[in-house]
Amino acid sequence: MSGRIVGISGPTVLVEHPGLQLYERVTVGHARMMGEVVRLERDRSIVQVYDSTRGLAVGEPAVGTGTHFTVRLGPGLLGQMFDGLQRPLDSLRAEQGAFIQPGAEGSRPWAARALRFVATKKPGDSIRVGEAIGYVEEGAFRHPLLADQEGIIDRIRDGELDAEAPLAMLREGQQMFAFHDWPVRVPRPYRRKLTQFEPLVTGQRCIDFLFPLARGGSAIFPGGFGTGKTILEQSIAKFAQSDIVVYVGCGERGNEMAEMLDDFSSLADPWSKRPLMSRTIVAVNTSNMPVAAREASIYTAVTMAEYYRDLGYSVLLLADSLSRWAEALREISSALEEMPGEEGYPTYLASRIAGFFARAGAVETLDGRTGSLTMILSVSPPGGDFTEPVTQACLRTTGSFFMLDTDLAHRRHFPAINWFQSFSLYERDVSRHFDEHVAQEWSTLRQQTREFLQREASLREVVEIVGTEGLQDTDRLLMRTTEQIRRQFLMQNAYTEDAFSSPEDTLGRIRDILARHAAASERLAKGALLDELLKEGA
Amino acid sequence: MRLSTHSYSTIRSIQGPLLFLDRVIEARMSEVVRITFPDGHEAEGEVLKIEDDLVLIQIVGESRGLDTDHTQVVLTDAIKRAPLSLAVLNRAFDGSFRPIDGRRMFIPDTWAPVSGFPLNPVARLRPQDLIETGLSTIDGLNTLVKGQKLPIFSCAGLPSREIAAAILEHARAGRSAAEGAAGGSVVVFVALGLTYHEHAFYQQALERMRGDSVAFINLASDPVVERLLAPRFGLTVAEHLAFEHGRDVLVLVTDMTNYCDALREVSAAREELPGRRGYPGYMYSELASLYERAGRIKDTPGSVTLLPIVTMPEDDITHPIPDLTGYITEGQIVLSRELHQRGIFPPVDVLPSLSRLMQRGIGAGHTREDHRAIANALYTHYASGRDLRRLEAIVGRDGMSEADKKMLDFADAFEREIVHQGTVHRDIGETLNVSRKLLERFGLTTP
Ligand SMILES: Nc1ncnc2c1ncn2[C@@H]1O[C@H](COP(=O)(O)OP(=O)(O)OP(=O)(O)O)[C@@H](O)[C@H]1O
Ligand SMILES: [Mg+2]
Repeated sequence: MSGRIVGISGPTVLVEHPGLQLYERVTVGHARMMGEVVRLERDRSIVQVYDSTRGLAVGEPAVGTGTHFTVRLGPGLLGQMFDGLQRPLDSLRAEQGAFIQPGAEGSRPWAARALRFVATKKPGDSIRVGEAIGYVEEGAFRHPLLADQEGIIDRIRDGELDAEAPLAMLREGQQMFAFHDWPVRVPRPYRRKLTQFEPLVTGQRCIDFLFPLARGGSAIFPGGFGTGKTILEQSIAKFAQSDIVVYVGCGERGNEMAEMLDDFSSLADPWSKRPLMSRTIVAVNTSNMPVAAREASIYTAVTMAEYYRDLGYSVLLLADSLSRWAEALREISSALEEMPGEEGYPTYLASRIAGFFARAGAVETLDGRTGSLTMILSVSPPGGDFTEPVTQACLRTTGSFFMLDTDLAHRRHFPAINWFQSFSLYERDVSRHFDEHVAQEWSTLRQQTREFLQREASLREVVEIVGTEGLQDTDRLLMRTTEQIRRQFLMQNAYTEDAFSSPEDTLGRIRDILARHAAASERLAKGALLDELLKEGA
Repeated sequence: MRLSTHSYSTIRSIQGPLLFLDRVIEARMSEVVRITFPDGHEAEGEVLKIEDDLVLIQIVGESRGLDTDHTQVVLTDAIKRAPLSLAVLNRAFDGSFRPIDGRRMFIPDTWAPVSGFPLNPVARLRPQDLIETGLSTIDGLNTLVKGQKLPIFSCAGLPSREIAAAILEHARAGRSAAEGAAGGSVVVFVALGLTYHEHAFYQQALERMRGDSVAFINLASDPVVERLLAPRFGLTVAEHLAFEHGRDVLVLVTDMTNYCDALREVSAAREELPGRRGYPGYMYSELASLYERAGRIKDTPGSVTLLPIVTMPEDDITHPIPDLTGYITEGQIVLSRELHQRGIFPPVDVLPSLSRLMQRGIGAGHTREDHRAIANALYTHYASGRDLRRLEAIVGRDGMSEADKKMLDFADAFEREIVHQGTVHRDIGETLNVSRKLLERFGLTTP
């Protein structure tokens, strides 16, 4: 069945096409651009188009595909860079040159790369759902292929992967394939969510020590422009202790992505020592790419992330920035002439955000493995004002919140995480783990650090009035120590060797600073001169 | 493609720059329309929205004199394109690409859609080659590189013009040997809503420039909608010169605040839901569609570097125009009213200023080995000196420690000697030398 375009408004088209379904994928226009039904009426539906509608004419065809908007899951995703619709950017570039034309499809990455399947089961073996029947070596990564049904294997073959040819046949005639398609807006199922939390080490001292993250948890960091969101996202993408990293550049800069690719291709995962790209998938829809595809990009990414979670891995999803996704939602909503809520965002903004966050979690998979999906999302509040709807909606669902502070950023204190306003709900659970696995003193030292920073803040108020000269010696010593905490511990320059700090290094550093403080305090108490002490420790 | 010309006189209504046309067959989104007024003169327009046979058209130019009975509207079936050729060099055009320099229109080699196409992120070359501006606050502390977009955030009454002119006159792109033959840099100057006086000022600056230039001038008295078009012409020409002819193109757009106000005006006429301060909700995407056209391409010579000037309404950096700009560009150069009042030129406040692509553009092989350390030291010490000024205001200089007094003096000296350069132009070596000397004079650590 097919239909035609009868109206065009911004990124949406009105089509006359009976028999469509809500969220059905539609090919739009002679250029065969991709679209998705977002509002359904008996004969006329509204389709959001994932390409620019510029030059599209009324009367051009619109054809329902009978399927939803899906991504393809299977071996070959790692190390790839996709757009928001999972079109491989390398193949788009090879086919069309430097600029992206509307309607292009791009060939799938696995078509270009030779991937071999190695069977670990043989004919006659019986298999359960979720059991591996073999694997594919994807660079340094061994990708298991899991049975999606039970039975006894009749035929199974090693060799080159082919999307069309089954890997194995069961006695009852069912076929098993290497790839499958999954609708991006439908969360992939699991058996149950786990409530025990393991830490997710990020390599950022301020986070790991003060506001630790948990695998399966979620974090947001809102901050005005230039406060270091992207650098933080990318640093975590490089150094986090995670099996798989999915990075979404959502409505941000093209040069940033070029920079990231450049960096990533020359770096190694500090934990496995393997090339960083071999654990990374990138999905990117820069700010000048079509806005509806930007809206879809985070769903494309989270679906790929869930797929690896279901294989039993720890997966980290980073998105920069969720605000750009929300703005895309707002642009589409306003083209649909929906009733606006706060600041023009659609009224369903908060529930969409909550629904997205719900896809994070540590889970027991359908076949009994343990996998986790952690989300770390940046938020770009207009004017750096955190009372705006996106930040507020996120705050209601997120497990941790790192507030990036414009003041700190202007002082070049990076990462500009405000240590008073930020929080992590995982702190208690995760601290135990650090105490047990890194050092007993972890929690104690953190408590002490917190107190010092608190006291510094009150002392600063005093200094504002009387100047440093008016402080007592013990207080001046404390201020010297907190200055060291800020400069040598909390600050972490992403452009130097210091960009990554292991939990042991993190602990060692703070332990040294606090030990020096204790020693100096003792000598001060015994009558040593403060000025001497300050000079020594400088 | 249509086989015949579609001409209509079925105007339903006209509201400001918007025209509703009825009973249209198969209109095309964004296609160009030609409007013939009852008195015979013509204007252009663009299709904004289509609902069945009702089409919304935005008129470029004056709508006074239109009527519903005698006005003719022709749908051309084509989207807006820019004529391209090396013959644009050293010419001046209005916001509709008509020559205003008294010479005839050139004959184009080719045409390209003015909205451009998004550059594939994997095709982008990471920007890292210095553009020297001659200003220490930029070259030394907020280094500009080829392919970057770096706005100047100004306030009403501050000398953003003089700074832009100084950059136009002195900007030099470092060239690698491989690119040597490509034929120098070009300035594309896009003026939006300029007063006549401002225009005259820039015209002189362009004349003093040594290299090639192209100008697109929309004056305050010119049609508002042309303000939305002129930067697209400028950028389309810039992409052509850069990526087809290997030139390093510096695009200077002034003033983006006028662009955004034009956007707001059209949005209000369309009765769209207003966002912050009345600017439309899609302003981020709209600005990104311009700013993101800066860049470089792998295996291709040439570059598009973008220097937009943004006047912050009410000196407010959180106003949507500078705010959304800052969220898209790779840093910002912020001017300060206070420094200006103290007679410092250029009055650049380096603390909120930032060049995000600086890291790769400086150091050994780019500028000088000690560049990063010098910049960091200047920055840190100046920031602490500035902090102490608040304390000084409360407790007085006498109540402060010797160390604190030294930092206060350093901050003053930094502003007078490094920030302030008057009309003197410093190359990068000189910038680093004077900075180093200043640090040494205060006994501050340098590498
Ligand atoms: N950890 C860090 N170490 C050193 N410099 C940093 C660090 N984090 C941020 N910066 C500096 O701050 C600049 C801005 O950072 P970044 O691009 O991450 O900001 P952002 O919050 O993503 O801004 P926007 O919202 O506009 O995208 C960087 O270009 C860099 O100069
Ligand atoms: Mg960013």
